[in-house]
Amino acid sequence: MKKLTKLFVGLLLVAATYRLDAQVTADRILRAADEPQNWLTYSGGYASQRYSLLRQIDTTNVKNLELKWMMQNQVFGPWETSPLVVDGIMYLTQRPNDVIALDAKTGRMFWLYRYTNSGRQTVCCGAENRGVAILGDRLFMGTLDAHLVAIDTKNGKPLWNVQVADDKLAYSITVSPLVVKDKVIIGVGGAEYGIRGFVAAYDAKSGREVWRFYTIPGKGEPGIETWSGEAHEHGGGSIWVTGSYDPALNLTYWGVGNPGPDYNPDQRKGDNLYTDSVAALDADTGKLKWHYQFTPNDPYDYDSVQVPVLADLMWKGSMTKAMLFANRNGNFYVLDRENGRFLSGTPFVKVNWMSGWDEGGRPILTPQPPGMSTYPGNQGGTNWYSPSYSPRTGLFYVSAWENYGSIYRKENTPYQAGRRFNGGGFQVTAPNPDAPGMRRYPINVWTDAVGRGAVIAIDPKTGQPKWKFPMYDVTDGGILTTAGDVLFTGNREGYFHALDARTGNVLWKSQLGGAIMSAPVTYSVDGKQYVIVNSGNVMATFALRE
Amino acid sequence: MDIAWPVGYNPTIMHGIRPLLWAAVAIALSVRLTAQAPPQTGQYDRTQITAGGILYGQCVACHGPNGDQIPNVDLRRGQFPTVVSDADLVRLLATGKPASGMPSFPMLRTDEVTALIAYIRSGFDAMGAAMKIGDPARGEALFSGKGGCATCHRVNGNGPYSATDLSEIGLIRKPTSLERALVDPTASIIPANRSVRAVTRDGRTIRGRRLNEDYYTIQLIDEQSRLVSLAKADLRSFEVVQTSSMPSYATTLTADERADLIGYLLSLKGR
Repeated sequence: MKKLTKLFVGLLLVAATYRLDAQVTADRILRAADEPQNWLTYSGGYASQRYSLLRQIDTTNVKNLELKWMMQNQVFGPWETSPLVVDGIMYLTQRPNDVIALDAKTGRMFWLYRYTNSGRQTVCCGAENRGVAILGDRLFMGTLDAHLVAIDTKNGKPLWNVQVADDKLAYSITVSPLVVKDKVIIGVGGAEYGIRGFVAAYDAKSGREVWRFYTIPGKGEPGIETWSGEAHEHGGGSIWVTGSYDPALNLTYWGVGNPGPDYNPDQRKGDNLYTDSVAALDADTGKLKWHYQFTPNDPYDYDSVQVPVLADLMWKGSMTKAMLFANRNGNFYVLDRENGRFLSGTPFVKVNWMSGWDEGGRPILTPQPPGMSTYPGNQGGTNWYSPSYSPRTGLFYVSAWENYGSIYRKENTPYQAGRRFNGGGFQVTAPNPDAPGMRRYPINVWTDAVGRGAVIAIDPKTGQPKWKFPMYDVTDGGILTTAGDVLFTGNREGYFHALDARTGNVLWKSQLGGAIMSAPVTYSVDGKQYVIVNSGNVMATFALRE
Repeated sequence: MDIAWPVGYNPTIMHGIRPLLWAAVAIALSVRLTAQAPPQTGQYDRTQITAGGILYGQCVACHGPNGDQIPNVDLRRGQFPTVVSDADLVRLLATGKPASGMPSFPMLRTDEVTALIAYIRSGFDAMGAAMKIGDPARGEALFSGKGGCATCHRVNGNGPYSATDLSEIGLIRKPTSLERALVDPTASIIPANRSVRAVTRDGRTIRGRRLNEDYYTIQLIDEQSRLVSLAKADLRSFEVVQTSSMPSYATTLTADERADLIGYLLSLKGR
């Protein structure tokens, strides 16, 4: 018996030191839920629920979390990456396009790959990168100068590098790719500069483009009738947040960004498909299976790039393959993800740009008179911040900006290659001239008139909030939930919060000193569960005290 | 004395040392011409380099005293638009390159051509070493065949990870240091490339190439190409191995084969 115990302990040690080193096959990504110790896609799995089955950290012991390690970004600025973790090794990006492999247990680096951008890349909203995708022994990263690079997981050396689009026309890539089967799916940004957006799939082995779906139809294609004149040529429709995939339907779902010019719909009369829509594409061919447009002829910059969350729900008595979508336009939607049918819509913040939906799910528009506030404002009721869905609580969680409005103005803007193509602008609704705008002073002087942040737990069946966790400042933090019924999120104030996923009560918090602009991830190494989040310039990792 | 100062660099000084120089060359040439046996080391000998220095006087008008007067050509640093191996240089001297203004030198004897190549390969340094640079295609065959290099080294995305990746070795190593590494790997391994050996408390040995280390931990890629992170507290012993795990090719490859291999390694300049 003693001998056996010794052998067993020995085996455990072997397992502990010699980590599993199997390649990340497409099948493993498909069954990501079978290995909750790992985090294999941007949102933790194809359903994009950002929900983990790990339960070592739960509502009773989360108060015992302690800091395990930190890493500092070499380049200052909001850090929006979401790391992957594979068998104890973490792969992440730092600004602008560095890729790092490190020991997820200690934070110590194995290698760093530094991609050199062209130097002429143009991005509207920061030199962001939201992370890598993995397949086999390769990582995939989109770059600010609109290339897609395959990188060797072992040594960080580039294996191929293809141009996805022309950065001289202000195309850029900030989105983390999604690997489906043998393909790497990625999209382009630049709708503030009059690009014509697309989603494209590349062969993971060779880097060859396999298919491309333009988010703005071309001449002779269906949907072109929703654009006046030649407006479709610079119609925008960026892809900058990672989509989802349903293997049973073989459909990949991508939220599409705003039309261009952003604020002047007079320059692009019509619904402007497929901007502000979710598009369901055949994963093998890129053919459009269905679409649903959240905001037709959008004058508010309501990108619909939010993560499409896939969940199977009992809907009016029958099991339904649903898509849960909390949109920048302030509404929470339930769609049938087989066919795009509108099942329900409910505002989760103050909304006055529309007053409801017709039977087909088209919004009834109520544009506000010039000079009056539109709700939600320019940054939206929510934005790119990852939502979460817990199958245990049945609740959908979203980071929201409540009671937040903007006053819009439109002006004619001619298209100039590679230049800003905004068609106007906006200002935040606020009663005094010193009220803060989007870019903040170090000391927070936020006011009620501008709005507040909150985590809202929505019951998808009713669209109604089950609970709310209010914040003083607004929030750009994504949300993670776990089978331990803990909800992790952060905010601009720099707090990393653990909430009770059933009640919204604060269980634990830590002030990390910088705005949290990405979503937490959880993983486990050698039987210990870790939670990681970026705050300002720092990536901080927590686990239970020994 | 700078006998390798062969060509009109400073006429005043040259005038003063010229008799000395010629005496040295005369001795050198006589030595060289009487000892016709090919060098066994893969290197040109000093007499060849010296003789080449004299002959370079015919090249200086176009190439300049430092060998860098023609755009995209730097003889001293071994930068050429097309030339890789010594055989390429022999051909170039025989035929010239009329389109770009390079004349042919059919009047040069074989040993004079060799001397000129020796001088170029020495980096214009009479006291330095001049490596023979062979045929890259034959070198590539040796790399994956007889030399067995590809069983440990990785090039352009192919091969294992346990030894250093050689995809860019042609940019960072000179022929002489490559020859040294082939003949005496342990003496020439750079400290950062030393392998490490860790023995865990349960007696298991892990060998690999160190990627990163701090006071408490070590990160390496092991012989099975796995990224491994170890806590030193979990180890019975840990050492940086002073000897290279690479075999010496001093006897298993001939000097000409090593020259071919070096020709191949120099052609690896990343992608």
